[in-house]
Amino acid sequence: MGEKITVPLTKLIEDFKLEVVYEPNNLADILITSTDVNRPGIQLAAGYFDYFDNTRIQILGKVEHSFLENLSASERFVAFDNMLSYGIPAVIITRGLPVYEELMDAAKRRGIPVLRTQDSTSYFMAALIASLNTLLAPCVTRHGVLVEVYGEGVLLLGESGVGKSETAVELVKRGHRLVADDAVDIRRVSAKTLVGSAPEIIRHFIELRGVGIIDVKKIFGVGSVKDTEKIDLIIHLENWQQGKQYERLGLKEEYTNILGINIPSIVVPVRPGRNLAIIVEIAAMNNRQKKMGYNAAEELNERLIKQMSQFSSSDLV
Amino acid sequence: MTSKEVVVQNQVGLHARPATFFIQKANEFKSSIWVEKDERKVNAKSLLGVLSLGITKGTQITIIADGVDEEAAIKELVELINTNFAGQQ
Repeated sequence: MGEKITVPLTKLIEDFKLEVVYEPNNLADILITSTDVNRPGIQLAAGYFDYFDNTRIQILGKVEHSFLENLSASERFVAFDNMLSYGIPAVIITRGLPVYEELMDAAKRRGIPVLRTQDSTSYFMAALIASLNTLLAPCVTRHGVLVEVYGEGVLLLGESGVGKSETAVELVKRGHRLVADDAVDIRRVSAKTLVGSAPEIIRHFIELRGVGIIDVKKIFGVGSVKDTEKIDLIIHLENWQQGKQYERLGLKEEYTNILGINIPSIVVPVRPGRNLAIIVEIAAMNNRQKKMGYNAAEELNERLIKQMSQFSSSDLV
Repeated sequence: MTSKEVVVQNQVGLHARPATFFIQKANEFKSSIWVEKDERKVNAKSLLGVLSLGITKGTQITIIADGVDEEAAIKELVELINTNFAGQQ
């Protein structure tokens, strides 16, 4: 972490099939650091540059285009040149609108790339921001196993040898999907969502003590693996410790924080003979049910309270 | 917590067999041990984790250990890498 995450502008050009209208010499070296983009209406119209963030890509849509049409050529040049003098990473024109000559002149003078898309402005901006959020997401690698169980992304954490990989194989055998074994790359794609995937080299491999490396995709088929999955639940597996109190009711919500996001988590003690795969399945379904608004522990408690209040009122009669 | 940087000099890098020796050695210690390459840090006791880093000849890695035997763990793991896994192959 620590270091600033960047994405090359050329990757965006490739991903969005952008037309390069003006290409400066250093195009390949331009890195995007901001997940935000800007429509420079007020900067072009009023020359208002307070709080102008020069790390953002600037997007020119129909509104900017038609406003600039009413300016004289020299006024247009000044407006563009002013904006480009801040050293922005790129200007992107939407809707396949024509490019003003003055923009080309300013771009050449300042060495700023001018790109163009045929997409409409809002649609393109939403897609670009979503893509930047993923590409620039803070990332961390965790030792664990990520599986998808009944549609829930479950991250199994625990010491080496506690049985994470064995549980994963058992889950796959029961019809669920493996995302990553041993090393899980986790990205924070939004303020609420973590997405995990496997490092490419070891994708869909599992190490089973005593057997060795197995290729889950080859043995169980394409339906048994997935490339990425959001993380809905974290299960900490640990060897059963005598005397330690484990959760009995499930009334209290526990969370584990990864990259600043709290993910619901439980601690499951491991003991020979305990079928972990079934426990993981049930934990996943229970978590899903909670998200849908039903909490079994609360329901049980409510029933108890209701019955107790009935008893106490009949005692009074 | 102890850590040490080391450059892997092994002819083909840390492919499956040398990586196995490495994680077996790491598993001899009680401490938590990690291998860090660039921005990524993995558990040194997990084979797939270490392999996922794709450590080639000349790669600089950092070995980090935390626990009761961290000093010994770092010393022996660095030695294993510096001697190109001699005595293991």
